[in-house]
Amino acid sequence: MPTATPISRVNDFVVRFANVNGSGSASANEMFARAVLRMGIPAAPRNIFPSNIQGLPTWYEVRVTEANHLGARGGTDLIVAMNPQTFDKDIAGIEPGGYLLYDSTKPLPASKFRQDITVIGVPLTAICNREYTDPRQRQLFKNIIYIGVLTALLEMDVKVVEQLIGEQYKGKEKLIEPNIKALHIGRDYATLNLACPIGLRLKKSSKVGDRIFIEGNSAAALGAVYGGATVCAWYPITPSSGLADAFTQHCARLRVDKTSERAKYAIIQAEDELASIGIVIGASWNGARAFTATSGPGISLMQEFIGLAYFAEIPAVIFDVQRAGPSTGMPTRTQQCDIISCAYASHGDTKHVLLFPEDPAESFDFSAQAFDLADRLQTPIFVMLDLDIGMNHHLSRPLTWDDSRKYDRGKVMTAEELEAGKEFGRYLDVDGDGITYRTYPGTHPTKGSFFTRGTSRDRYAKYTEEGAPYVDNMQRLVRKFDTAKDLVPRPLLANADKPTKYGVIYYGSTAPAMDEAIHMIEAHGHALDRMRIRAFPFHSSVNSFVADHDFVFVVEQNRDAQLRSLIVNECGIDPVRLVPIPHYDGTPITARFIAKAIGEHLDKLKVTPMKVSS
Amino acid sequence: MTYLAKPKFQHPDLPKNEFGYTHRDYEGTVSTLCAGCGHDSITAAIIQACFELSIEPHRVAKISGIGCSSKTPTYFLGNSHGFNSVHGRMPSVLTGANLANRDLIYLGVSGDGDSASIGLGQFAHSIRRGVNMTYIVENNGVYGLTKGQFSATADRGSKSKRGFINTDNSIDLAALALQLGAGFVARSFSGDKQQLVPIIKAAIAHKGAAFIDIISPCVAFNNHAGSTKSFDFVREHNEAVNRLDFMSSRMPIEVQYEPGTVEVVEQHDGSKLTLRKLAADYELHDRAAAQGFLQQQAAKGQIVTGLLYVEREAEDLHAHLHTVDAPLNTLSEKELCPGQAALEKFNASLR
Repeated sequence: MPTATPISRVNDFVVRFANVNGSGSASANEMFARAVLRMGIPAAPRNIFPSNIQGLPTWYEVRVTEANHLGARGGTDLIVAMNPQTFDKDIAGIEPGGYLLYDSTKPLPASKFRQDITVIGVPLTAICNREYTDPRQRQLFKNIIYIGVLTALLEMDVKVVEQLIGEQYKGKEKLIEPNIKALHIGRDYATLNLACPIGLRLKKSSKVGDRIFIEGNSAAALGAVYGGATVCAWYPITPSSGLADAFTQHCARLRVDKTSERAKYAIIQAEDELASIGIVIGASWNGARAFTATSGPGISLMQEFIGLAYFAEIPAVIFDVQRAGPSTGMPTRTQQCDIISCAYASHGDTKHVLLFPEDPAESFDFSAQAFDLADRLQTPIFVMLDLDIGMNHHLSRPLTWDDSRKYDRGKVMTAEELEAGKEFGRYLDVDGDGITYRTYPGTHPTKGSFFTRGTSRDRYAKYTEEGAPYVDNMQRLVRKFDTAKDLVPRPLLANADKPTKYGVIYYGSTAPAMDEAIHMIEAHGHALDRMRIRAFPFHSSVNSFVADHDFVFVVEQNRDAQLRSLIVNECGIDPVRLVPIPHYDGTPITARFIAKAIGEHLDKLKVTPMKVSS
Repeated sequence: MTYLAKPKFQHPDLPKNEFGYTHRDYEGTVSTLCAGCGHDSITAAIIQACFELSIEPHRVAKISGIGCSSKTPTYFLGNSHGFNSVHGRMPSVLTGANLANRDLIYLGVSGDGDSASIGLGQFAHSIRRGVNMTYIVENNGVYGLTKGQFSATADRGSKSKRGFINTDNSIDLAALALQLGAGFVARSFSGDKQQLVPIIKAAIAHKGAAFIDIISPCVAFNNHAGSTKSFDFVREHNEAVNRLDFMSSRMPIEVQYEPGTVEVVEQHDGSKLTLRKLAADYELHDRAAAQGFLQQQAAKGQIVTGLLYVEREAEDLHAHLHTVDAPLNTLSEKELCPGQAALEKFNASLR
């Protein structure tokens, strides 16, 4: 008998699948997550996978959350333990009162289990061996069979899963019937042999609404299609390859000329990241909208070119889907660890524009906007996703586009303007915003041509190593960066219900965990004003937010509190005022972590919790 | 010298080409390279080739890397946009530019350090992709701007100005270009304008990756006895396989040749290359034979020059990517943005 009361919760728990990489479990597990969503219950799945094709452990976690807490929670209420390699560790991770579903074909000693959990054995291998002769089928259908078991244990709507099977194998109808059969083999076994349902149950709800289920990489790639990108150059690297793949698929669907059947886009899988960014810069210089997608190691390789684009003032859009560094680091784990290396990328004095989307919908928005910003500011724009946003499916608001929207191509002088005698100086600031006019190559036979170079030059693009024009140019670049502050997405502010001396700053994929953590923190009687930063350079409201509070916590997913350093450096703030809350073990940050860490700090600061009013 | 403005004055009777441009309209600023530099002769050859081809100067994009050779695009085609990028990375910048606007003419100018050392990868990949460009390497075997270190094209056993012997094997970029599938490969010598100008013209007219390795002696650091890239050495060991006359599609063939001594090659734009054969058995369309010939002659210490290979049905990167005819940089929101209706459909597929 379990020594802890079995957890009893409806639409609020975490199911974790422990599998062996390459065993075909991914599609079955994802189907489970989709089924939860189809029942109208919000869910947040996360794939925890190794840098490996076959054999290493992999986990798929589904947080079922009627309350819409879409960040990772931590802990497991029900584990589907299909990997003997990680069995002990998987069992150790179950919350007291939780549940274990395992393959009981081979008897296991009692010492393998815990006393405070409910152990549910299903002889999955024996069932598969009885039903199937082909070894591959035995493996693949085992995954569907355990989904069938779950439908009974969790009181799921089996019709929903059947429908999803139908959709998944649309076009391969032969596979529908055997999958549905496998589903029912599992379901029937559970109904006959197990106590169904268990304490964790799924109940139809209406909390999903019109939201969509999408990976950030796909949304960002679609943003590039909508933002008018025509040239994409990339080099395969986890976790950003999916972005280029998605762009390829979206273009094949949306960007093929109907009459000629030819492509209104060009995608190059380059020989390395240097060539990728070089192609982007060449294309942008020539008036196309171009981007590359990469991760930290790629950013390191692109440094020299990024400096060229900054100094020669060439638009470029760079998606950095961040993963845990340094070096190869943990290539399949998430972090926000490239903030400094992107903000100040390249040698010499440089500063770059960074955008921090929180989820797929914002990845779509910021992606499209990045192309306008790159053209307007004539400089590289970094869209800072991370593995958690990019590679996991998220429940996200639907993507929207305003059909009246026009691309902002920035200051481009036309042949007509040149012909009319308008003065052209490639680096001549005519209106004080630090942004100068450019011309596309081939515009006019005798006017408006210039030489683009990474060396210093005067306002008319003429090579010079004189100090005064160099300083003049560098000052103008600072002016341009100031202009950017009002063009980039502004921080979002959410004030606590009552006045407080404490605030918290966060960004990117930390958002859902922070939104959840704030409830936990408030429940302890603390109040925090919140600011979600969405871009660098920082808007002036960041300074005032820090000025308005005694202490501001900066929650981020890296060791060195990189965004905090950036705020200290760029806003001239006393570092003591900014308390770092770093999370960097490669797992997505959780509300539990944030609430605990901030709580401890508030305790240290001797903040007396206010009485919680009933 | 840069502080000396180039005089704008020109003789009123200077010959004009089809578009009414004179030779002077294809010039750039005054060269800052050393007096007698082979690169300046190449600049002069490019100017003459563009003038004779009646190219509108602003329809050319000239792109280079870093080094003495990469400085030269400022010295020709002053009304063209130019891009002096980063060391060894001209090919990627040119590739991107070409993808953005397929209608311009792309002239990539590089050196042996730029293309054979730091940029060997980008050289190789731009060639194998078949980017429509004329890729010129001004090959002097040394790093000039950093004062005379060997480059990767310096021959094994050749002597530096300071007396060091190069013990590393050399890279033959023309041989590599052949292996990598370039549609047009030539080698020439900066001191042989008669040979060089028609080769540049033919390369510009070629659709696809056209590569020209031009031996261009460095008068400051690699023109001494013991160098295999000096004026004297190249003159003595130059083995031209053919002599080329280039005729645009608009020009009738007027010259009569002895039968059997010439080969006429028609390019995709209708232009014709008339080759007077110097090496009797040299087969212009046989990639493998050309590679073999280059290696055999190199082993004998000979420098093979001339048009080494032309592909009859060359294709370029845009053909491989099936891109639309309109330059990608001219497409507007209307052609590029699928709009809200398509987005709603997409949203619906994700529920």
